[in-house]
Amino acid sequence: MPDTVEISVNGRTMRVPAGTSVASAVFAAGLTQFRTSVSGEPRAPLCGMGICFECRVTIDNQPHCRSCQIPVQPGMRISTT
Amino acid sequence: MTGTDVGILGAGPAGMAAAIRAHEAGARIIVMDDNPGAGGQIWRGGERTQTSSQARQWLRRFQGIEQFTLANCRVVSAEANPLKLLVETGAGAEEIVARSLILATGAREIFLPFPGWTLPGVMGVGGLQAMAKSGLPIEGKTIVVAGSGPLLLAVAAYLKGHGAEVKLIAEQAPRSALTRFGVKLLRTPGKLAQAASLQLSLLGIPYLQSCWIERAEGDGHLEAVVMRRDGKTWTVACDYAAVAYGLYPNAEMAALLGCRMSGAVVAVDELQRTSIENIYCAGECTGIGGVDLSIVEGEIAGYAATGNLHRARKLSGRRKRAQAFADALNTAFALRAELKQLPRADTFVCRCEDVTFARLQSVRSFRVAKLHTRCGMGPCQGRVCGPAADFLFGWRTESVRPPVFPARLGTLITKQSEEEEITASQ
Repeated sequence: MPDTVEISVNGRTMRVPAGTSVASAVFAAGLTQFRTSVSGEPRAPLCGMGICFECRVTIDNQPHCRSCQIPVQPGMRISTT
Repeated sequence: MTGTDVGILGAGPAGMAAAIRAHEAGARIIVMDDNPGAGGQIWRGGERTQTSSQARQWLRRFQGIEQFTLANCRVVSAEANPLKLLVETGAGAEEIVARSLILATGAREIFLPFPGWTLPGVMGVGGLQAMAKSGLPIEGKTIVVAGSGPLLLAVAAYLKGHGAEVKLIAEQAPRSALTRFGVKLLRTPGKLAQAASLQLSLLGIPYLQSCWIERAEGDGHLEAVVMRRDGKTWTVACDYAAVAYGLYPNAEMAALLGCRMSGAVVAVDELQRTSIENIYCAGECTGIGGVDLSIVEGEIAGYAATGNLHRARKLSGRRKRAQAFADALNTAFALRAELKQLPRADTFVCRCEDVTFARLQSVRSFRVAKLHTRCGMGPCQGRVCGPAADFLFGWRTESVRPPVFPARLGTLITKQSEEEEITASQ
C-alpha cells in the first residue's frame, strides 16, 4: 500500500497519508465547514463515529456520505457544501 | 440471502469476544460493523496502533478465527422470527438469516446542548480522539477537554502524547465523588495502575472538578470556550473543544427487534439472553460498564449462543467483579442538575432539524416533539438529541422503526424484490 493517497477536496488536489478518513482529510485541507444546516449554520463533525451525520459531504458525486467512517481512496473527489 | 449460525452486530470488544467463543463451538459466524475495521471505538485503528496488550491480544485472536466480517455496513432493518437482517454495504445490500443473534452495538457519547455547541471545532471526547486516530492533524493545536467520565483523562493523555496543547480538563463531577471512586479503585489493582500511569502523563494539564463549558464562541468556527466553576466564569481560547457527558447505549436494534428494555438499556439475564429467544446482548448496550465488563459479557454470549452453558456460567464471577467497578464508576460520574440550565431559548437541541430548546419546552414528550417540531426526525434519527432530551426532560425515544439508519432506495428495493420472488415461487 502506498504511504500517501492523492485526492481532491473542493477541486484542489492534495496528498494525505493512506488510511486517513475523508473527514480528517477535509480538516487537513484547511476547511472547517462540511455542510450547511437547515437553518443555514456551518457544521462539521461532532461524534467522529458515524452517529451524528454532521460530517456529510459529497464523494465522487454521491451526496450525504458520512466522511468520518470512510477512508480515502486514490483519486477520490470530495466536495463540501 | 446468506445463512449463518451466529450473527454478531458490532466488532468492538464484546462482539470480538463473542465471535471468538462462538467459534470454539465450530459455529459459522458473520460479524457486521459500521466501521472500516474491528476494535470498536475503544480499540479503533487496528492491532499495530494499540498501546494496551489486552487490545493487541483480542484483536489478534479475532483476526485469527474463521469468520466472515462485513465492515462498513449498516443493518437497516431486522426481524426476530425467523431472525433476518437487511444489511447495506458500500456496494449494495444483503439479507442475512441467522440461527442466533448477538447484539454488541456498543454505546455513543452523550452530547448535552450548550450555546455554541454546533460550531465547527466542538466535537465529542471519544469523537475527537477517533478523528485524531484517523488522521486529523492535532499537533500544536490548543484543545479544551470537558464533560464527564474517565474517558476525559485517557483522551487528554492521548492528545497531549500526539503533540496537542491540552489547556485544561473540566470534569463536571465534584472532587468528593471522584475521591470516593478512587478508594474503590484500590480494590482493583489493574485499574489503579492504569489510573496512575494516566496521572503521570497528565502532568502539566489542569484537571478541574465541578467545572464545565458554559458556552462556545467563534465566527463560523470555534475560537474560545467560556468555562464555569464555583460561580466564576472565564474564557479559554482554543482550536478544538472535546466535550461529552458520558456514554449512552446503542439500543435501537434491540428495541426494533422487540427485546425488553430496562430504562435505556437492553434487559438481559445471567447468560446475556434478551427477552426474545436466540437473541443475546453483550457489552455497553446492556449498561455502561467499560471494556472488561464488555469482554466478559461477550464471552458469555458467545458460549451461550452456541449451547456451551457450562462455560458461560463459569464466567459469572468475573462479570460480577467488572459490574461492581462499573457501578462505582456510574455513581461517581453522575450528571449534575445544573447542566440542564445550559441551553438558552435559541440553543438547538436537535442538530439535524435545528429545533431550539424553547420549542421543545412547549411540548410534553419525545413523540409530540417529533410530530410538532421534527425533533429527532433527521438523519441521525434521534441518536444525538434523544439522550439529550432524556437528560433535559426525562423523555424516552420510545418506538424504533425501520430503516434504523438512513438507507438507499436500492437497499429497500432489494428486500422488496426478494420477498416478491418468494411469494411468486410459493
